[in-house]
Amino acid sequence: MTAQGIFQVLASGLLMGLIYALIAVGLSLIFGLMDVVNFAHGEMLMLAMYAAFGLWAISGIDPVLLMPLVVAAMAIFGALVYLGIVRYAMRAKSNAGMVQIFATFGLAVLIQGLAQFLFSPDYRSINGSFLAGKTVNLLGVFLPAPQVFGGVVSLAAFAGLWLLMTRTDFGKALEATREDQGAVALVGIDRNKIFALGWALGAGLVGLAGAVMAIFYYVHPQVGSGFALVAYVTVALGGFGSVFGALAAGLIVGLVEAATTLVLPSAMKSMGVYVLYLGVVFFRPSGLFGRL
Amino acid sequence: MLLEVDHLTTAYGGLVAVADVSIGVAEGEIVVVAGANGAGKSTLLKSISGLERPRGGTITFAGERIDRLAGHLITSRGLAYVPENKRLFPRLTVRDNLRLGSWLHRREPDREAPLETVFRLFPRLAERLDQRAATLSGGEQQMLAIGRALMSRPRLLMLDEPSQGIMPKLVDEIFAAVKVIRDSGVTVLLVEQRLMESLEIADRAYVLQTGRVVLDGPARQIMDDPEVRRVYLGM
Repeated sequence: MTAQGIFQVLASGLLMGLIYALIAVGLSLIFGLMDVVNFAHGEMLMLAMYAAFGLWAISGIDPVLLMPLVVAAMAIFGALVYLGIVRYAMRAKSNAGMVQIFATFGLAVLIQGLAQFLFSPDYRSINGSFLAGKTVNLLGVFLPAPQVFGGVVSLAAFAGLWLLMTRTDFGKALEATREDQGAVALVGIDRNKIFALGWALGAGLVGLAGAVMAIFYYVHPQVGSGFALVAYVTVALGGFGSVFGALAAGLIVGLVEAATTLVLPSAMKSMGVYVLYLGVVFFRPSGLFGRL
Repeated sequence: MLLEVDHLTTAYGGLVAVADVSIGVAEGEIVVVAGANGAGKSTLLKSISGLERPRGGTITFAGERIDRLAGHLITSRGLAYVPENKRLFPRLTVRDNLRLGSWLHRREPDREAPLETVFRLFPRLAERLDQRAATLSGGEQQMLAIGRALMSRPRLLMLDEPSQGIMPKLVDEIFAAVKVIRDSGVTVLLVEQRLMESLEIADRAYVLQTGRVVLDGPARQIMDDPEVRRVYLGM
């Protein structure tokens, strides 16, 4: 393979890595905030993709313009999942960890079942975006425009998240709540409100990922499961709860996946990622930037 | 009375830590709750602040029943609490800890106004603004905890053993600060094992023993009580 070809593969890997990071960051954020693993994270991604597809199919408006709507809808959904399910699961008197796992896992099964039932298992795709079919020439490397757009959106989202966490009162309250959720009442912060907003933020971010992916990826009821698996690897690699670990880990996962295709058949592209994951579990179980 | 605790009982499982305790704090006072380890002093403050749920009795603050309010709402009524273990946000900087203290006033332009008072009381906090709370010494952490509480502009400040685990020199500094805080118009309810030092600055005191009030009165009178002198000072 030529040097040009290798660059091409690695650049696509980096772009996919940015998308992986955007998918994973909401999962990491919610875990860091309240020690709850959202097993319905992949299904939230799937819901967001269907939301983007559905809105496009009904309105005919370019999916790029529909993104804010999808994000807002998912943020509301996320807050409702906390207020309606997780909040009660956290109150379990015994075995709270298990109760939380089954609560979000049950939600995943429910959402996927409903999607099968309501939307059918058919693969659907949006073919109306102005980005579709275009390529971008970056220093001689040709990349599909929707993926480049996705990468830019992801970077912008991380920049926004950084500003939110470091510059706003809400960001400080998030950080304080993740450090000591029992102490925030001392300064008058309602931790339930912070948790609900944290879920809104996490779900809004995965909603953004879904809205972007719907432009270039098939939408079907199982689409979330595969990406969720990569998201768990990303979160474990970056360090559970570390928001910017998720960015670094997403990029690494994307690169490793792409690099694997250089040496193995592309059907086995995930292998490199899971070998990497095993390595992390063995040698650095707290992840690259973890605090465990 | 600004704060009225009436026949309060708080228990952990079957263990009754506070039994039928009634105390009152009037506006502008420094009131000390003294007693040995395990007398129920901390539990009393935890019950008032909403960290523990009382089993019986009532707590009234500025005319409002607060014994069934969530902790953050109790804070919002003007009751700030500095627990024994301080509960700072360790990875956040001194600046951010103080800023979060003014959370309830975050939409007001002068939200950081109490900062001036805090720096006047504890100048060393101003020197350590960008340090993480976890890197402060015990005494500095206590100062930060009091500072954070003052940022919420409380009417009543409750301090649990502020002298514990800090250098003797800083203990004096903190007791002096408590007096200044009261003189600036904040009522203080202080829980202390250091009986004599706290009585020096107090107006009134209650002495707890195994969850019950065994003695109460003006600080002067408690200080001169022969039984107190025998038990606490070995005289």
